[in-house]
Amino acid sequence: MAAALRVAAVGARLSVLASGLRAAVRSLCSQATSVNERIENKRRTALLGGGQRRIDAQHKRGKLTARERISLLLDPGSFVESDMFVEHRCADFGMAADKNKFPGDSVVTGRGRINGRLVYVFSQQIIGWAQWLPLVISALWEAEDFTVFGGSLSGAHAQKICKIMDQAITVGAPVIGLNDSGGARIQEGVESLAGYADIFLRNVTASGVIPQISLIMGPCAGGAVYSPALTDFTFMVKDTSYLFITGPDVVKSVTNEDVTQEELGGAKTHTTMSGVAHRAFENDVDALCNLRDFFNYLPLSSQDPAPVRECHDPSDRLVPELDTIVPLESTKAYNMVDIIHSVVDEREFFEIMPNYAKNIIVGFARMNGRTVGIVGNQPKVASDSISFTPWNYARRQYRPYFAGCLDINSSVKGARFVRFCDAFNIPLITFVDVPGFLPGTAQEYGGIIRHGAKLLYAFAEATVPKVTVITRKAYGGAYDVMSSKHLCGDTNYAWPTAEIAVMGAKGAVEIIFKGHENVEAAQAEYIEKFANPFPAAVRGFVDDIIQPSSTRARICCDLDVLASKKVQRPWRKHANIPL
Amino acid sequence: MAGFWVGTAPLVAAGRRGRWPPQQLMLSAALRTLKTFDKILVANRGEIACRVIRTCKKMGIKTVAIHSDVDASSVHVKMADEAVCVGPAPTSKSYLNMDAIMEAIKKTRAQAVHPGYGFLSENKEFARCLAAEDVVFIGPDTHAIQAMGDKIESKLLAKKAEVNTIPGFDGVVKDAEEAVRIAREIGYPVMIKASAGGGGKGMRIAWDDEETRDGFRLSSQEAASSFGDDRLLIEKFIDNPRHIEIQVLGDKHGNALWLNERECSIQRRNQKVVEEAPSIFLDAETRRAMGEQAVALARAVKYSSAGTVEFLVDSKKNFYFLEMNTRLQVRVDSGIQPGSDISIYYDPMISKLITYGSDRTEALKRMADALDNYVIRGVTHNIALLREVIINSRFVKGDISTKFLSDVYPDGFKGHMLTKSEKNQLLAIASSLFVAFQLRAQHFQENSRMPVIKPDIANWELSVKLHDKVHTVVASNNGSVFSVEVDGSKLNVTSTWNLASPLLSVSVDGTQRTVQCLSREAGGNMSIQFLGTVYKVNILTRLAAELNKFMLEKVTEDTSSVLRSPMPGVVVAVSVKPGDAVAEGQEICVIEAMKMQNSMTAGKTGTVKSVHCQAGDTVGEGDLLVELE
Repeated sequence: MAAALRVAAVGARLSVLASGLRAAVRSLCSQATSVNERIENKRRTALLGGGQRRIDAQHKRGKLTARERISLLLDPGSFVESDMFVEHRCADFGMAADKNKFPGDSVVTGRGRINGRLVYVFSQQIIGWAQWLPLVISALWEAEDFTVFGGSLSGAHAQKICKIMDQAITVGAPVIGLNDSGGARIQEGVESLAGYADIFLRNVTASGVIPQISLIMGPCAGGAVYSPALTDFTFMVKDTSYLFITGPDVVKSVTNEDVTQEELGGAKTHTTMSGVAHRAFENDVDALCNLRDFFNYLPLSSQDPAPVRECHDPSDRLVPELDTIVPLESTKAYNMVDIIHSVVDEREFFEIMPNYAKNIIVGFARMNGRTVGIVGNQPKVASDSISFTPWNYARRQYRPYFAGCLDINSSVKGARFVRFCDAFNIPLITFVDVPGFLPGTAQEYGGIIRHGAKLLYAFAEATVPKVTVITRKAYGGAYDVMSSKHLCGDTNYAWPTAEIAVMGAKGAVEIIFKGHENVEAAQAEYIEKFANPFPAAVRGFVDDIIQPSSTRARICCDLDVLASKKVQRPWRKHANIPL
Repeated sequence: MAGFWVGTAPLVAAGRRGRWPPQQLMLSAALRTLKTFDKILVANRGEIACRVIRTCKKMGIKTVAIHSDVDASSVHVKMADEAVCVGPAPTSKSYLNMDAIMEAIKKTRAQAVHPGYGFLSENKEFARCLAAEDVVFIGPDTHAIQAMGDKIESKLLAKKAEVNTIPGFDGVVKDAEEAVRIAREIGYPVMIKASAGGGGKGMRIAWDDEETRDGFRLSSQEAASSFGDDRLLIEKFIDNPRHIEIQVLGDKHGNALWLNERECSIQRRNQKVVEEAPSIFLDAETRRAMGEQAVALARAVKYSSAGTVEFLVDSKKNFYFLEMNTRLQVRVDSGIQPGSDISIYYDPMISKLITYGSDRTEALKRMADALDNYVIRGVTHNIALLREVIINSRFVKGDISTKFLSDVYPDGFKGHMLTKSEKNQLLAIASSLFVAFQLRAQHFQENSRMPVIKPDIANWELSVKLHDKVHTVVASNNGSVFSVEVDGSKLNVTSTWNLASPLLSVSVDGTQRTVQCLSREAGGNMSIQFLGTVYKVNILTRLAAELNKFMLEKVTEDTSSVLRSPMPGVVVAVSVKPGDAVAEGQEICVIEAMKMQNSMTAGKTGTVKSVHCQAGDTVGEGDLLVELE
C-alpha cells in the first residue's frame, strides 16, 4: 500500500513536473515565435526605410532610396548588410518613442561586389521624419531648407559607417559612400558631432590604404561635407545634389549675399569653379552606372597592383593619325584628348575633373588591359584663370602662347591625381605640351609658387612606373615639372615635333640678343638649335625620339617591363608636401 | 557589265576597291606611250593630286605638289618629290593664286603642269600664262578650255554645232532686277548659275521673283569666292530631269569619238552622289543621238583630249546640252589617311567607291557590303544616305531623276527606316553587345589578393530603348553565341565579339550583318551603325530601367533664341547688330562651309541680344553666333 502510495506520489510529482515542463516548453516556444516575429518586423521596417510615403516622396524628386541605390551599384544578390537592427539612442525631444526609432537608422551599410570585386558601401537615407513632423517637413521642403530633415547623422549612424570602414581597412577593399545627408542631427547634439569626427578619422586612416569614393546624391551640408572632401574622389548628381558648409539662408543672413542652392553648391559650381567635385552625372541611375564603370579602374587597396582587365585592343597597334596631329605652327592648337583616346585601349578614357582647370587633363585609361593614370597638358585651353582676372578682361581672347600652361588650379588638380595614382600602384603616363607657368599678378598673389610646387612634388615623389611623351613644347620650369627624366621618369620620349628649351624662340632671342639688329636671323638660329628634340636627346634627357604612330606600342612594351619596378625611399614619418 | 560609281561627300577611308572598267585600262595604257617629262607640277590637291602623282610615279616622272598652309601635311604633299606652299587656306589665295603657282613652277623648273580638275584646270588665263613661259599644260588646249570653260560661250558654241540646248538667256545678267525680268521672260522655274562655275557651286533654282533675287545674290557671292568670276546666267529649269553624261575623246587631227554614257541623276545640291553606268533609262537610239551630238561638239571646238559632255534628259528622252568638262572624272581614290584634316576651305569629297557586278543586282549588293565596311570617325559623312539610295525601290527600278533625293526625302534624309525584322536584329545585336561588354568587365587577371566572384546571371533581362520605344529583351550567353528574345521573338546572334575592332561582323539567325559600335556610355547609351544608319539605343538592366522611370526629364535649351553654327565654316556676313528687331526666318548671317554659302535665319521673331561673330571669323560646329532676347 505504501508502495502504491509512493508510486502515486511519484506519479503525481511526475505529472506536476510534466505539466511544469509543458508549460515551460510552451512559454519558451511562444517566446521564440515572438522573437522571430520581431526580427521579421524589424527587417521589414528596415527594408522599407522611412515607409512608402517617404519612398514616394523621394521618387517624386527624381531620387532613389538608399536601398535602390545599393541594388543598382552592386552586382545582383551580392549585398550583405550589417547593422540592420541598430537604432538611435537619443532620448530627448521625444526621440525615444518607438515611432521615432527605425531599425538601421538613417544609413544602410554593408559589403558587396562590383563586377565580382569586393567593396564596402554605405548609403544614407531619409527616414520616418514624416511620421513625427509631417507638417514641418513639408513646410521645410517648400522653403528648401534641409538642415534638419533627412539622412541626418546620429551617433548610431556614424557608428555604422565607422564599422564598415574599419573592416574595409582591415581586409583591404574600397569604400563607397552614397551621401544624402542633411547634416548633424540637431536633437542629438554633441553625440552627432562626435560621430562626424569618428568618420573623419577613419577617412584619414584609410587614405592611401584603400580607395575611398563619395557620390553626392542629395543635399550634403554642414559637417557632412568634410567626409567627401577627405575621400579620394567626389562625384555629384546634377540638379539634385548640393554640397555646402551653410545653406543659402545662412549665407544671406551672414554676408547678405543672394544665392541659390544650385549656385552656391550645385554640381556645376563644384565641377567647374571650386574643384570640390571631380565629375557630375545626369541622374541617380546614370551616376551609379558610371560609378561601376569607374570602380573597375581601381585596385582594391594599396597592397594590390593596378587591375588588368581582359583587352581586345592589340598592344602593338600603330596609330597613323598621330603622325600628323601636331600642327606645324607651334602656336596652333590641337586637342590632347584626341591623342589620349587614340593611344589607350579602345578609346576608353575616364576623365577626372573634365570641366575644371581644363588646361591640364587627368584621368584613367587602360594600356593592354592595365589601369594607367593619364596626365596631359591641353594646348586647346589657355587657362581658366585668365578670363577671371580683371586686368586682361577686355582682351579675353585665346592666346596661343598660354595654351596648355600650368597655373594654380591645374597644378593642384594634377598633383592630387598623381598622388592618388602613386598611392595605388597605378602607372603614370604623361603627355607634355607646356609653354610654362602662367605669368601675372593674379597667379603670383594667388601663390603659384607653392601651388606649382605641389605638382612638382607629386611627380618627384611618385615611385610608380612613369612614362612621359613630349609631343611639342616643354619649356622652362614646367618642363622639369611634367614628369621629366630628372624627376626619375622611367621612360621619357620625344616626338619629332618636340621643342625642349628654356623658353620659346621669340622670348629667348629678346633676352640673348637684346639690342641686336638682326633679330630674325637670331630667332632662326635659336629655332635651329633649340626648337627640336636634339638638345635633350644628346644629353639623355629623353630616352628616344619616336615616331608618334608607334607611341602606343612603345608605352605598352615599357609598362610590361616596368611592372616589377621597385624604389626604396629613406625612412620618414611622412613627407611634407607644400600644402 | 554594270558599274556603280559612288561619289561620296565626305568619306574618310577607302573601302574595297573594284576593278577598273576596260575603257579606263585602255586610257592609262595609252598614257604610257606619250612623250613624257622629267618633272611636272601638279596644280591641285587631295585625291585628285594623289592620283596624278601616282600615275607620274609609274611613268618615272618627278612631281612637284603645291599646297596651302593648312594642307602642309596632307597626303599629296607627302607623296610628291617636292612641295611648294603657294599661300594661305582660301583657294583664291592658294590653289587659284596664279602668280604664286607660276613662281613655284620657275623655282622647281617643272616642265609641265597637270591641273587635275577644278581649280585652274579650265582657266584660259592660266593656260596662256603657261604657254608664255613655255611650260606645257597637260590637258586640252586653251581654245577648248576657253570655249567650254565658260558656260555662256559653250552654250553659243553648242547651238552652232546643232546640239540641243536649254532655252534661256545667252548672256551675262547684270543685277538682281535684270535677273527677275529675264526669269519672267523665260518663265519659272529658272536656274541661276555661275558662268564660270561647275560642280553645282554658285547654282540656284528660283520659283518666283523673291527667290530669284536671293539666288542672284548668293550665287554671285559663291561664284566670286569659288571661281573669282561673279558673272551669272539664267536658263529654263527642266523639272525632273535625268543627268546623263557622255565621254568623248579627241585628237589633234580632228578625230573624235564617244564612249558610253554614265548616269549621275542622284545629286544633292547639284553635286553628284551616285553615278551609274550604263544608264538603265537610255535606249540605243537616244544613246547614239547623244553620242553623236557630243562628238559634233568636240569637233566644233577642235577638242584634242579626253572630256565629258553633260546632258539633261527629260522623261520623254529629250536631251539638252548642259556643259562640257574638259577632262575625265577621277575614279576610286582617297586623298586622305588617318590624321588628315578635312578643311572647311575645300571640297568635302574625301573618297569614291566603285563596285562592279555581272548584273545590276550584284553590283548593288557589293556596294552595300562595301559601304558597311567603311570605318569613318571624326567627320560627318553620307554613308547612310548612299546605302539607302542603292536599296531604295525607286532606285532599284531605275525610276530616278535629279530630283530623286528631294522627292524621296522631302523633309531631308532621316536615316534608314527599319522593318520589323531588321529592328529585332538591331535590338538583338545591341543587347548582345551590351552583355558582351558587361561580361568582359568582370574578366580580371587574377593577380589580386582577393578572388573575383563573378555574379552568376543566366538570363540578362534588359530594357532597350530605340526611337523612344522600350523593348523587352532577354539574352543568355553561351560562348560566342547569344540567344536573344526580343519582344517575344527569338534570335541567335553569333560573332567573335572583338570589342576593340571598329567593325563587328555578326550573324543573326544566319543573316550576315556588319555593324559598328561608335560610342558606348556607362549610363547605357550606345550608338550603333547598322545598315548604314547610326542608331542611338539605350540599354539598361530591368532593375535599372524600372528605377530610371523615377528620373526627371532634363530641361533643354530653347534653341529658337540662340543661333549656333551648324558646321565648321567661315562667317561671310553678319546682317544684324544687338538691339535689331528680327522676324522669324529673317537672314541673320551667312556661313560659308565646304564652299557653300549657308544663310542662317532667325528661329523666332524678337530682338537681337548679342552677336558673337563677325565677318571673317572661323567658327566651329555648335559655336554660338547670335542670341535673341
